[in-house]
Amino acid sequence: MSETLTHAAKEISWDKKDLLDIKSLSADEIELVLNTAESFKQISERDIKKVPTLRGKTVITLFYEASTRTRVSFEIAGKRLSADTVNISTSTSSVQKGETLIDMAKNLEAMAPDAIIMRHNVPGAPYILASRLAASIINAGDGAHEHPTQALLDAFTIREKKGRFEKLRVSLIGDIAHSRVARSNIFCLTKLGANVTVSGPATMLPRYVERLGVRVVSTIQEAVEGSDVIMMLRIQKERMGKVLFPSTRDYSRFFGLTPDVMRGALPDAIVMHPGPMNRGVEISSEVADGPYSVILDQVTNGVAVRMAILYLLLGRGGGYEDAH
Amino acid sequence: MNRLASEILEKTPDLSTLVLVGMRTGGIYLARILQDKIKASEGIELPIGVLDITLYRDDITITNQHHFVRKTEIPFALGGKDVVLVDDVLFTGRSTRAALDAMMDHGRPKTVRLAVLIDRGQRELPIRPDFVGKDVAVLPDESVEVLFDEKGKVKGAVVEKRKS
Amino acid sequence: MKMLIEGGTVIDPAAGFEGPADLVIENGKIAGIVKPGAGPKDSEIITAKGCIICPGLVDIHTHLREPGYEYKETIATGSRAAAAGGVTSMACMANTNPVNDNGSVTEFILKQARAYAVVRVYPIGAVTKGQQGEALAEIGDMREAGAVALSDDGSVVADSDLMRRGLEYAKTFGLCVVTHSEDMSLVGEGVMNEGFVSTELGLPAAPHEAEEIMIFRDVTLAALTGARVHIAHVTTSGGVQIIREAKKRGIAVTAETCPHYITLTDDAVRTFDTNTKVNPPLRTQDDVDAVIEGLADGTIDAVASDHAPHVNDDKEVEFIYAKSGMIGLETLLPLSLALVEQKKLSMSRLIRALTELPAGIISIDAGTLKTGAGADVTVFDPTEEWVYDVSKSLSKSRNTPFAGAAMRGRVKLTVVGGKVVYRDGTIV
Repeated sequence: MSETLTHAAKEISWDKKDLLDIKSLSADEIELVLNTAESFKQISERDIKKVPTLRGKTVITLFYEASTRTRVSFEIAGKRLSADTVNISTSTSSVQKGETLIDMAKNLEAMAPDAIIMRHNVPGAPYILASRLAASIINAGDGAHEHPTQALLDAFTIREKKGRFEKLRVSLIGDIAHSRVARSNIFCLTKLGANVTVSGPATMLPRYVERLGVRVVSTIQEAVEGSDVIMMLRIQKERMGKVLFPSTRDYSRFFGLTPDVMRGALPDAIVMHPGPMNRGVEISSEVADGPYSVILDQVTNGVAVRMAILYLLLGRGGGYEDAH
Repeated sequence: MNRLASEILEKTPDLSTLVLVGMRTGGIYLARILQDKIKASEGIELPIGVLDITLYRDDITITNQHHFVRKTEIPFALGGKDVVLVDDVLFTGRSTRAALDAMMDHGRPKTVRLAVLIDRGQRELPIRPDFVGKDVAVLPDESVEVLFDEKGKVKGAVVEKRKS
Repeated sequence: MKMLIEGGTVIDPAAGFEGPADLVIENGKIAGIVKPGAGPKDSEIITAKGCIICPGLVDIHTHLREPGYEYKETIATGSRAAAAGGVTSMACMANTNPVNDNGSVTEFILKQARAYAVVRVYPIGAVTKGQQGEALAEIGDMREAGAVALSDDGSVVADSDLMRRGLEYAKTFGLCVVTHSEDMSLVGEGVMNEGFVSTELGLPAAPHEAEEIMIFRDVTLAALTGARVHIAHVTTSGGVQIIREAKKRGIAVTAETCPHYITLTDDAVRTFDTNTKVNPPLRTQDDVDAVIEGLADGTIDAVASDHAPHVNDDKEVEFIYAKSGMIGLETLLPLSLALVEQKKLSMSRLIRALTELPAGIISIDAGTLKTGAGADVTVFDPTEEWVYDVSKSLSKSRNTPFAGAAMRGRVKLTVVGGKVVYRDGTIV
């Protein structure tokens, strides 16, 4: 038993109705989520991977963008807490022509869900629902803005592997400008005390990125060198051509994480990727499947972190902070 | 506590399958005290587990109170074990119900018995303790709290008007 | 029929007058500014104690949505909002449906204005047919029908040669061309200013350089053609600097800004409130400071509302899909007065930017209290504090980020052609 009897617990209250972004969370709140998630990770390791906590609660996943992994992760999280989960997928194009987001929100509200997990291609879209509905809104990615549960599961994985955040060197490599994963991770990791470095071609670095409190380097080699955590971002191939990069070949040559680049990494560095990966573009298969990779741990931890979020939002849960 | 320990031993012919499971948080301290006392008298260190019942509570989504989830740590298989579930105060029986459900999701013990330091009565569910340290008569609007020192030893118990 | 507005301070920058005085109106004309108490006693007397009496405000940038979008605003409702804001003359942009790109649409607007408007309405015609940026609109025809200026406004004329020809043709008819100066190819999908805030929010963003490049092009074409160019809603520090240089070089360029560009920054977008989505976008504090400085030193001539009504269906959507613009006629004066309160602008400079100078830009006979001028008068209490309740707006639309905002300075009386059209919160 790892815990001491005289465990000094600091209680932190969770009073948010919604989880819309990392930006508005405090470091304590983030730690609360991570600590809560630890208890939930246990449940996924049992034979009976289910607790009755959210029995009778209805959780809707409302996805305006295709995503299998995040939706399934939330769905499993909901089911393991005994909530009833309902999935709605709708394409943006039909939405622009047809039902507005407000109408969709009103219709959903009429069915009295307890939580709506929303993915949308427009930054800020979940805020529209959050301000109008009694249900808890969980942002599962809004355009290039934020993807809070991804950052939380990344932080959980980092803590699990590295045991700390303070002064931990984390490098994010790729399309920082258009990545909600990058934004949420930068907010999250800097709040937790990590030293964050970003790298990518200048077309993928947003203006004033350094004001987010990150170091900017121009080559992947510099970003990898001395890093405890190497986080690769997914390249959106649809942005190829005029917009961000000339070709996947050119990109992978200069910004792909290959065994060759990994030679400059610390021996105990970990490699992360939010998925889905473009193998051979931003990350080579040798690295993705190699000993540094914790990519599948991220997926496993995603369920635990999302259970924690559902519990904190719907179970009116509070929490404690270990005095570690 | 000595009496509780000897009663448990008295009523347990086979110590080889006996395990203690403490309910957070007071029950953990008591389970450890029982473990110590049984070790002192029998020379056997009983396996001990910690149960967090938060996720099994029946009021989790209906009160505004914060319920802090913590880990359940049962470092042994429950199948075939004679479990003594340990709690500090037995009141409505709802926590015990939650603990039983939580434990069943971890495995299928042979028997489960309940040991409590204080039984204050006023049960709301058909649950009775197998081992009781002390029966204490209190009013429904009073709370009973067992106090522990830094070493996990029982300092005493207080009865006070419940905060509204 | 005589009217005497007494007890206040008269400020008429066009006449160079500022001081305690009474204003005499007779037969719809200004009969004179007289010493306090010296006006004719046989008049209808209106007390303006503690108030400023100034020429009726001239708002040269509004969207009245008629014809075509009467569900957003009509000339009638827009004019009532104008009266409530102390605006007695306003120019309306050509992006109606059909576009005001020929004399018959211009005539229609003027006909509606004569029938239903409580203030003076001056149509601005399109530079290109359908504001499509492909061929010149019937500029002469519109001029004859009563258009006071030309503009494709938000549909920027990207083709520099076409813009040149438009300027030359407009010059022939003595018309000023009002430009929305932004390089739309650089704006791309941008819906807010490109800066630290957009970096945090992840919204597609437009760099301030898009405005600067186009302002530079437009003042350069003004120099080339000798035509009068008016740069609408200047929002950037760089833009102000380019206009300042151009004026120094003697180029015939004028400029305006809007109340929201001198009171809000891109920080306001953080709430994802679609009412903060305007075109060009809200910029940074540095830009706000530079624009105010430009206004103070005369680089920017005028303040206009860019009153752009939209219904809820256009605004209660995701930020990227929301229409740009905010209503502004009723808040034009109080928001601008903040600059006087902050001592960044003198009261007479602000009034000049709201009266004499904009009137000159669109060459209309307004913006002064000189004897014999049409009696368009605005009376406002510069210190009254109030809260803008947009649910009571006289506009048809409600799109403003200033809903519920505390305001200082309130219009008490609006007179058009000697007739009281608005007084103490009510259209007369």
